[in-house]
Amino acid sequence: MSPVQSVDAAARGARYVGQRVARSEDARMVTGHGTYVDDVVVPGVLHAAFVRSGVASGIITNLDVQAALDTPGVVAVLSGADLNKAVVEAWLDYEGPAAAATPRPFRVLAEGDVRFAGEAIALVVADSRYAAEDGAEAVVVDIETRPAVVSIADALEPGSPVVHPERADNIAGRIDPPEDPALDAIFAGAAHVITETFVQHRYACVPMETRGIVAGWDPYRNQLSVHVSTQGPHGVRTQLARIMGLGDHQVRVVMPDVGGGFGQKMFLLPEEIAVPLAARIVGRPVKWIEDRRENLIAGQHAREDTVTVSFAVDADGVILGARADFSENVGSFPAGGSSSIRFSSLVFPGPYRIPRYRATARAVYTNTNGRCSYRGPWMVETVAREQMMDRVAAELGIDALEIRRRNVIRGTDLPYTTAAGLVYDQVTVDATLDQAADIAGYDAFRAIQAARRAEGRLVGIGVSLFTEPSGIAQGTLSTEAATVRIGFNGLVEVVTSSASHGQSLETTIAQVVADELGVDIADISVTQGDTASTPYGPGTGGSRSAVLSSGAAREAARSMREKLVRIAAHRLEAAEEDLEVLDGRVSVAGTPSAGIGFAELARLAYTVPDALPAGEEPGLQTHARYRPSSPFTWSNACHICTCEVDPVTGKVTLDRYVVSEDCGVMINPNVVEGQIAGGVVQGIGGVLYEHMAYDRDGNPLATTFVDYLLPTTTEVPTIEYGHVETPAPTNAGGHKGLGEGGAIGSPPAIINAVNDALSGLGVRITVQPLTPEAVADAIAAATGAGQSQAQQSDEEG
Amino acid sequence: MLDGENPSRVAVECQVNGVARSATVQARLTLADFLREVCGLTGTHLGCEHGACGACSVLLDGDVVRSCLMFAVQANGRRVTTVEGMGGPDGALSPVQEAFRSEHGLQCGFCTPGFVVTVTALLKDNPDPSETDIREALSGNLCRCTGYQGILKAVAVAARAGRGAVE
Repeated sequence: MSPVQSVDAAARGARYVGQRVARSEDARMVTGHGTYVDDVVVPGVLHAAFVRSGVASGIITNLDVQAALDTPGVVAVLSGADLNKAVVEAWLDYEGPAAAATPRPFRVLAEGDVRFAGEAIALVVADSRYAAEDGAEAVVVDIETRPAVVSIADALEPGSPVVHPERADNIAGRIDPPEDPALDAIFAGAAHVITETFVQHRYACVPMETRGIVAGWDPYRNQLSVHVSTQGPHGVRTQLARIMGLGDHQVRVVMPDVGGGFGQKMFLLPEEIAVPLAARIVGRPVKWIEDRRENLIAGQHAREDTVTVSFAVDADGVILGARADFSENVGSFPAGGSSSIRFSSLVFPGPYRIPRYRATARAVYTNTNGRCSYRGPWMVETVAREQMMDRVAAELGIDALEIRRRNVIRGTDLPYTTAAGLVYDQVTVDATLDQAADIAGYDAFRAIQAARRAEGRLVGIGVSLFTEPSGIAQGTLSTEAATVRIGFNGLVEVVTSSASHGQSLETTIAQVVADELGVDIADISVTQGDTASTPYGPGTGGSRSAVLSSGAAREAARSMREKLVRIAAHRLEAAEEDLEVLDGRVSVAGTPSAGIGFAELARLAYTVPDALPAGEEPGLQTHARYRPSSPFTWSNACHICTCEVDPVTGKVTLDRYVVSEDCGVMINPNVVEGQIAGGVVQGIGGVLYEHMAYDRDGNPLATTFVDYLLPTTTEVPTIEYGHVETPAPTNAGGHKGLGEGGAIGSPPAIINAVNDALSGLGVRITVQPLTPEAVADAIAAATGAGQSQAQQSDEEG
Repeated sequence: MLDGENPSRVAVECQVNGVARSATVQARLTLADFLREVCGLTGTHLGCEHGACGACSVLLDGDVVRSCLMFAVQANGRRVTTVEGMGGPDGALSPVQEAFRSEHGLQCGFCTPGFVVTVTALLKDNPDPSETDIREALSGNLCRCTGYQGILKAVAVAARAGRGAVE
């Protein structure tokens, strides 16, 4: 079992919180009875297929849909000219109405020109998906290609083509604060100034369930009805209402079981907007299930960044000041809020005492698929900073663990305000660093490494350390809500504003409520994901559920508990403080026979209002809209992994992988560890296998799972966990989120391990991905190729 | 088998989860779409439709196949078992399904049917697999949520349970 430095669950009075409770969701999911969007049956439904651009940039000179309309089964073919004009307002809740003044580039379908390979040009609606694809094949599109802007460098090149002709240049965002003479003085006086550039390649969320939507317009009720694979039904509702010029009350959105999102499903993309518009036009429900090729080329991408970091350090390796310069490729039509430069630059100082810091940044448009959020969208700050720590350590001849110990924020430093102005109230970065090093046997590994090197083997160990801004609670993400009801039968129903797309909320929310109400978890049901029955909330994202959704459920349950006690005290003629709530009954403490069960309390509350205390609202329903006491609930973690590199093939094999984290009070350690493992393996895939590559003309090169390589069971190590459990001060449960941390911490730990393995050869790789080819080339450049160059110059001489 | 009136349509007769099914379908209809749309068995999921992710795995006469890479007509006269046919008729979980639940072997659940089918076939052929056997056998099934940790544990637990039941 994993080591835990923790708050004792029994001491908290918890029966379910902190336990490895098996999931309520699983009975349906392991038997094939989950309901994902493609499983939803709607009478009279038609099916959609998209016609997409085969080039990155060009003018549409001809669009002929007649042959498609003549194809058996085809009902309609809709183009940009049909759908784009139907959009009333396109801004998102997340952006706010001010975004209408400076809109992000957006259109439903390409019209006049195309701006990335894969952009949807037309929508074919037919009586089956097979017929819709027949129709899509029959659409004739002629495009006069234009030079494509693909890389960050392309976009910034003077005289570069402009991705969006209505804009002056390719700059999507910029951070350029005033110069900082005090920081310049620190750099001028430092013993060492070290600068390095780190390149992170493009990779993607790749949920196993692609995107999908079924939408129907009911002209008799004036209502749009939608089932969609999303991370939040309420954002979909307000977005579609705005786009279609409807009231929120005219749009009902149901989020069924969802097969993962990881950020990609936070906001609707153009195809998911085209389908409801098409349904209203054709007068029948329309379904679109994205295929994998579409998901890989048009389902949006993430992560493509370049960061140049400079550290000023003293002779002992203590950081005196830092500069970071971020460049980010946001593609052609980034999803709302998907530029991360502000957040990346804000979080960069991370777990270290960095007294002074300045960040600059730019985001650029290119003729590529747009950028979306992906599990720690800002994570390049950790990827760059943690590589830089190793770079500095190597330069000064200090061990990678030791340099972190010299700079880490310690418990005695708290509360700590970073140079970027963020306040850490309760983090344990130093404790997780020590715990991970302990579990990994860091010192012992150094001895093993020396022995292996003597045998000519390349083994290495890598560390990464970070703080995670979880439970994000600001702007539209400020709150979540929950309603608790006790039915006539005494059983408990929790209705939540947020909904799971794989996070196990049906189980964890029930655990929290079961403890608050003293009932068996089997007597609780959790309802989520339907705008017709659940309160407004922004949905899953920002590692918010453990803090905000459970916080709302806990508050609503506490109100319910107080209500039950008030009613029971009145009925039993006892003092409220003498009563306890346990096993579905309110009874006199120490005298369980003197009590009333929930079913009887419900009967009284619903049907005998005169039996209630004066002023008590009849019925048993409570509600809470919850906001934690801080916009961030900081969690933290340390990742340490070991690897071996094949010196000939460049293949990297991960041997051990250790994560020590502090996510506050754990609701369910299985869920915590599952979130960590999933994130870590996404990072393993990102660094070693996955690459959403484009060629120079902007053609996507990874359009199937045979080109876009996800890690499988044969590539992943066993992940070992350590938990440091310190309660968060921001919420009553003491929980901290960690949904994103696995994917934030793993890339630099792996890169650092590989570079540690290669350090004896004088090789340092700073450009991802670390494919066998890239690693072998780097080794060859430092060793073999060096020899062959020498040989060549001898021959020339 | 060809439909005389419409050469693009064919008759298919097969057993699905022990129930005889017959239908006249388009010759190009995949087995996956046959199971999902004609039989109403939506537990078979489509994650890539090019045979790489394994979510659509089903048993054909006891062997694992990718139902997205087969036409329905190729199942003519054969026995198909989907994830819905793995548990007991009363909704009881199979040992494999039970182990996925107890070991937190799933999160979003989308890939799970393919894993349950693949693991069931593995343990039938090899009731005592080594960790390498397990990893090799599952390397054609993709999961994006669990990092495979709970899945690998579940297979080991299901194998132990299976051997215990036999012994």
